[in-house]
Amino acid sequence: MIWASWNDFWAMGGYGLYVWGSYSVVALVLLLEVRAAGQRQRRAIAQVHEHKEDTDI
Amino acid sequence: MLKIFHWAAPQTFYPLAGKLWRPFAVLAAALALAALYLGFFVAPTDFQQGEGYRIIFVHVPASWMSMVIYLAMAFWAFLGFTFNTRLSGMMTQALAPTGALFTFLSLWTGALWGKPMWGAWWVWDARLTSELILFFLYMGYIALTSAIDDPRRADKAGGLLALVGAVNVPIIYFSVKWWNTLHQGASVSVTKGSSMAQTMLWAMLLMALAFWAYSIAMALYRVRSIILERERHTHWAQEVAA
Repeated sequence: MIWASWNDFWAMGGYGLYVWGSYSVVALVLLLEVRAAGQRQRRAIAQVHEHKEDTDI
Repeated sequence: MLKIFHWAAPQTFYPLAGKLWRPFAVLAAALALAALYLGFFVAPTDFQQGEGYRIIFVHVPASWMSMVIYLAMAFWAFLGFTFNTRLSGMMTQALAPTGALFTFLSLWTGALWGKPMWGAWWVWDARLTSELILFFLYMGYIALTSAIDDPRRADKAGGLLALVGAVNVPIIYFSVKWWNTLHQGASVSVTKGSSMAQTMLWAMLLMALAFWAYSIAMALYRVRSIILERERHTHWAQEVAA
């Protein structure tokens, strides 16, 4: 095991800010992209429904 | 060959992409977990950079994806100009946001790595500057295609930008050789192999594979939205959305 304790792990040998600043932003950006893609798909489906209602009338 | 054109129809590609995106998403998550485990619990401390080097496990894969996705966009744009298939332009557009995000992440993680190791968040060196230009190319592509209302014309204009901008990719890749840069040279080379410890290399390669799978899942998922947005007036789209 590389790490003596969890504190040791989070400290990253003094580079904690840089390492976790990198990984947290990567995780955040990818999660936001996934959420945005889900919203776009739901919006696209809703648009198709709207169009159908328009033509049905 | 005819089979390819069969799948190139938005109507037939929509359900295929619907089936394919999920396995790629699961694969991406599994590979990312394995990469994180190797990168944080198995890979040893670097003798020069201490624990700070662990940024490499996301920085290099994100940078690779930023270039690979742009090349993939250029490939689809080329197919679009050659065969005039509608799906090509949709795929180009589906890839752009993911590529732009990986470019941003490459720059972001690079800044956070540069500060402790070089003493600067940013330097105007050839590698960093050409990667920043890549980010602007993505932004330009997204702005251009969303500013043109007619999707087919947007595809043509955007496709041209994707093709012309692709010359920047080899410039980024070889910048560390062609110019004297502060950025270090390639850690992995086809001709010379790797200069890294085995476990470090594996963590990085697994994360790169995770990002590949993520990007494929994302493009397949997003192209379905683009297909629906463009085909909402058709009978098949209304059946699919019902």
